[in-house]
Amino acid sequence: MSNATKKTATEARAELKTVKQTPGASKPDAILVVDNVVRDFGGNRAVDVDHLEVQRGVITALIGPNGAGKTTFFNLITGFDQPSSAKKMFGGPSADKAAKWSFNGKLLGNTAAASVAKSGMVRTFQLTKALSRLTVMQNMLLGAKDQRGESFLAAFVKPLWAAQEKANIAKAEDLLKRFKLYEKKEDLAGSLSGGQKKLLEMARALMSDPVMIMLDEPMAGVNPALTQSLLGHIQSLRDEGTTVLFVEHDMHMVRHISDWVVVMAEGRVVAEGPADTVMSDQAVIDAYLGAHHDTDLGDDALLEEGAMDAPKKEKK
Amino acid sequence: MDMWIKVLYDMSANMILPTTAAFAIAAIGLNVHFGFTGLLNMGQAGFMLIGAYGFSVATIAGLPFWAATLVTIAAGTIFALLLGIPTLKLRGDYLAIVTIAAAEIVRMIGRASVLNSVTGGSNGLPGETYRNTFSALSPFPDGKTAFLWFDFDNTGVNGWFIRIVAWSLVVIFAVLVWLLMRSPWGRVIKGIREDEDAVRSLGKNVFAFKMQALIIGGVLGAIGGMFYVLPTSVQPDALGRNMTFLIWTAMLLGGAATIWGPVLGSALFFALRIFIQGTVDILIPDAILNTQQTEQFSWIMVGVALMLLVIFRPQGILGDKKELNFNV
Ligand SMILES: Nc1ncnc2c1ncn2[C@@H]1O[C@H](COP(=O)(O)OP(=O)(O)O)[C@@H](O)[C@H]1O
Ligand SMILES: [Mg+2]
Repeated sequence: MSNATKKTATEARAELKTVKQTPGASKPDAILVVDNVVRDFGGNRAVDVDHLEVQRGVITALIGPNGAGKTTFFNLITGFDQPSSAKKMFGGPSADKAAKWSFNGKLLGNTAAASVAKSGMVRTFQLTKALSRLTVMQNMLLGAKDQRGESFLAAFVKPLWAAQEKANIAKAEDLLKRFKLYEKKEDLAGSLSGGQKKLLEMARALMSDPVMIMLDEPMAGVNPALTQSLLGHIQSLRDEGTTVLFVEHDMHMVRHISDWVVVMAEGRVVAEGPADTVMSDQAVIDAYLGAHHDTDLGDDALLEEGAMDAPKKEKK
Repeated sequence: MDMWIKVLYDMSANMILPTTAAFAIAAIGLNVHFGFTGLLNMGQAGFMLIGAYGFSVATIAGLPFWAATLVTIAAGTIFALLLGIPTLKLRGDYLAIVTIAAAEIVRMIGRASVLNSVTGGSNGLPGETYRNTFSALSPFPDGKTAFLWFDFDNTGVNGWFIRIVAWSLVVIFAVLVWLLMRSPWGRVIKGIREDEDAVRSLGKNVFAFKMQALIIGGVLGAIGGMFYVLPTSVQPDALGRNMTFLIWTAMLLGGAATIWGPVLGSALFFALRIFIQGTVDILIPDAILNTQQTEQFSWIMVGVALMLLVIFRPQGILGDKKELNFNV
């Protein structure tokens, strides 16, 4: 954590002060720019995002009621699903209406999921995808990139990859300690609790030193005793220069760590801005109360505590 | 008493047959597909048949042994590519359907009478027509050698030479698979077996890894096919759906996703069948089941054994229950 990177993280956050608080607002230093991403499931338009930019080096939260399309949006931009508005060889939308998104200056539409991850945008899943029949350590090692031993011929000759493997193991052990999973490293991942699997998935994603990490409900099911330190980890990730985009239902967490909040409802981006402002936005209240009365305390707490929680933000 | 000794002798002799070794090589290949990568190859016999034709037809055309072996390997590779390119991006079941169909197509084409001059049609190719380049490599002098209770020709059709070569290959291939599976490459493969999307999200080109696995297992199938026909003859019907089913049984018996499971499974499989047949032959009078019927009965028991195995010990003899039973 050199001073230089720390400064850029603070700078990146400071830059947000100048951003207009309207859906689709442009950012001074956008790492992800998304245009015209639409996804229909039959007659149901799950995602319909005209324009969205994500600022580099900050923590952006993507919130919205259940079924708002957050997970589908993640799937689309990480190559796990294709937009209905994708450019087609014949027919399809006109060029200016076709889905288009770029990450870190590189156009990503139509890129395979693996290549998206290689370009530095690494995600986790709402329904965890820890590999149960591999050990925790093997899960971690899978996350490391550019492994020589993963090429078929080199795999036979251990000396070609042993040193790199050792370095990866050391790195994995460090991360596992941070995420309180070190004692479990030789256990099968299938034996972990749901919350521990979430942590493992996040730690595994970090093995590749992502440029931007996308977390789909990272706190769901995680032991409350751990959430506090996890929030700290996410913040230190940002301070070390990683961009974070996460989906979360826990409004406390959203308010606590996010520098910027994007609100989705019925597939569209309906509001964005700093946490405290956005949560008192009429469109957001409508989205939550209108579409989704059955959300529990999160909503009420959100409406009442919206403003008064802000000072606590700098506690960490 | 003599009858029992004969059963024991037959069991041990069957275990070390070169065709048992060939079968084990094909089972190691299938294990790379199914056991480690999770690819449902339902046509391993098709790979064997492709390899058998590759070697025999190339040899009959005049190629020396090593060149014909390369043809075998190339044939297995091309067959794997043809099957893999359209299916490996789709869900697993597609590969199963395509491999069954492709194996049948190879068999049908092999049997077709228009190809009589090349493949021998449904009569196949007799072993003498392609065996000699291999026998000529034998370093052993003429004659016979006795070892334990076995007494075989040194170089003959089913002699020591082919037994030693085939079983050495079994060991070599098992060790190569072990080397692969302990490597980072093997880790990716095992990850794919469980959840392709998870592996994709970590930046691995899943299609390329699956294709590599399909090719390796397929080439092992082709080499298995080559050694299956060296001591016998090329008979398209001997390498049909039945054979695929038997290889699956042997692999599951020994333990899928283990290194030695397919080898142990193959040896035990043949021994067990002889044991069942011999026991039934001795205990049940000919009036009830004659010798031909006991053989059929033994095959029925093989089917029953497979069912019992999958129900009561799905991990096989060497498998680890934990690796199998963690359901996500
Ligand atoms: N594979 C699918 N097939 C059909 N409908 C889907 C599929 N995935 C998501 N949807 C629908 O798309 C909408 C958005 O879902 P999702 O992205 O999971 O929302 P969120 O993550 O915001 O809770 C929902 O109405 C959901 O039912
Ligand atoms: Mg979701």
